[in-house]
Amino acid sequence: MKPEPNPRLWPGDIYQTFKALRVRQVAYVPDAGHTQLITSCQADPEMAAISLTTEEEGIALLAGARLGGQRGALLMQSSGVGNCINMLSVPLHCRMPLLMVVTMRGEWGEFNPWQLPMGQNTEKVLQAMGVYVQRATHADEVGQIVNAGAQLAFNSNCVVAVLLSQRLLGFKDWSK
Amino acid sequence: MTEKKMGTLDRRHVMAKVQARRGDALMVTGLGSTTYDAGTADHLNTFCLWGGMGAAAMTGLGLALAQSERRVLVMTGDGEMLMGIGAFATIGAQHPKNFALAVIDNEHYSETGMQATHTQRGVDLAQVAAACNFASTETVYTDGELDAAIPKLFGGDGPTLVVIKVNTQRYPMSIRLRDGARLKDRFRENLLGATEAYY
Repeated sequence: MKPEPNPRLWPGDIYQTFKALRVRQVAYVPDAGHTQLITSCQADPEMAAISLTTEEEGIALLAGARLGGQRGALLMQSSGVGNCINMLSVPLHCRMPLLMVVTMRGEWGEFNPWQLPMGQNTEKVLQAMGVYVQRATHADEVGQIVNAGAQLAFNSNCVVAVLLSQRLLGFKDWSK
Repeated sequence: MTEKKMGTLDRRHVMAKVQARRGDALMVTGLGSTTYDAGTADHLNTFCLWGGMGAAAMTGLGLALAQSERRVLVMTGDGEMLMGIGAFATIGAQHPKNFALAVIDNEHYSETGMQATHTQRGVDLAQVAAACNFASTETVYTDGELDAAIPKLFGGDGPTLVVIKVNTQRYPMSIRLRDGARLKDRFRENLLGATEAYY
């Protein structure tokens, strides 16, 4: 297996964006691609890192955070997007901001065929629900795109998903 | 075999009693009957969900974390709670002291044809919450038990769950505000002030 490039800098860029924008509640269902970011948020005394049993809980949680005057972000992998669809009714109908940061599976050199149905349709189903989708494919653009997506969500009271391409995580060769 | 205890309390009586003791607590209600019940006592500190089934408890958690100095009470039905049953685990793990949950349990999906919920078939939500690290849980059946339980919704260390067994009486829909965006703005303006609410 080819080693992934180390150190990986873009999770730190996302964390710095969260800090700069006063994100206080970070809800997540873990993904390998979010490991560093989750660790950073857990270590930050100004942030609550909230582990969920399923992704749609995070949408309801962050609706409550919004009611209470705090900003949040929701981390998941693309398989979790499917769990969220009806719950998106809450921020969409109530015109609440929601920032989702989604690590993609089922695209760049995917080794698990079960990931393909959701991964190949993540963007389509989000857009069908009225979510604004922005995608980052290269490491050096991640921070900027998350920042722009967050500004869009928080300043325009809309639901934004930033998709982090599987290519960012590098290619895992499971063929041998 | 012991006979199963039935809920005899009236849901609107329960809502009126809880509301009378709410003080400055923030409330979230779940769809549908509990939100209708709350509509009979509309309040600036109440946010009524009329969608996102399963959202009520988690919305209350986000609010409780954001407003850690305020008491947060979630009121919702058994069907709505069952749809978001994982929230018991997430709330138990976060363990917010200022969080309380009242499940108005009529053991039916009363908006959709009175089908039985799992609580009619041996599922005990108070035991679920207790196993999920809630600080206190109980189930009440009578007016006297309700009176004794209400102070626990508004004081003492949470997370707290009170399951309130009610009868199957249905009431007309009594929504005051259909528009969630308006309801959200009203809630935020009252809690945070207009400057922060609309910035």
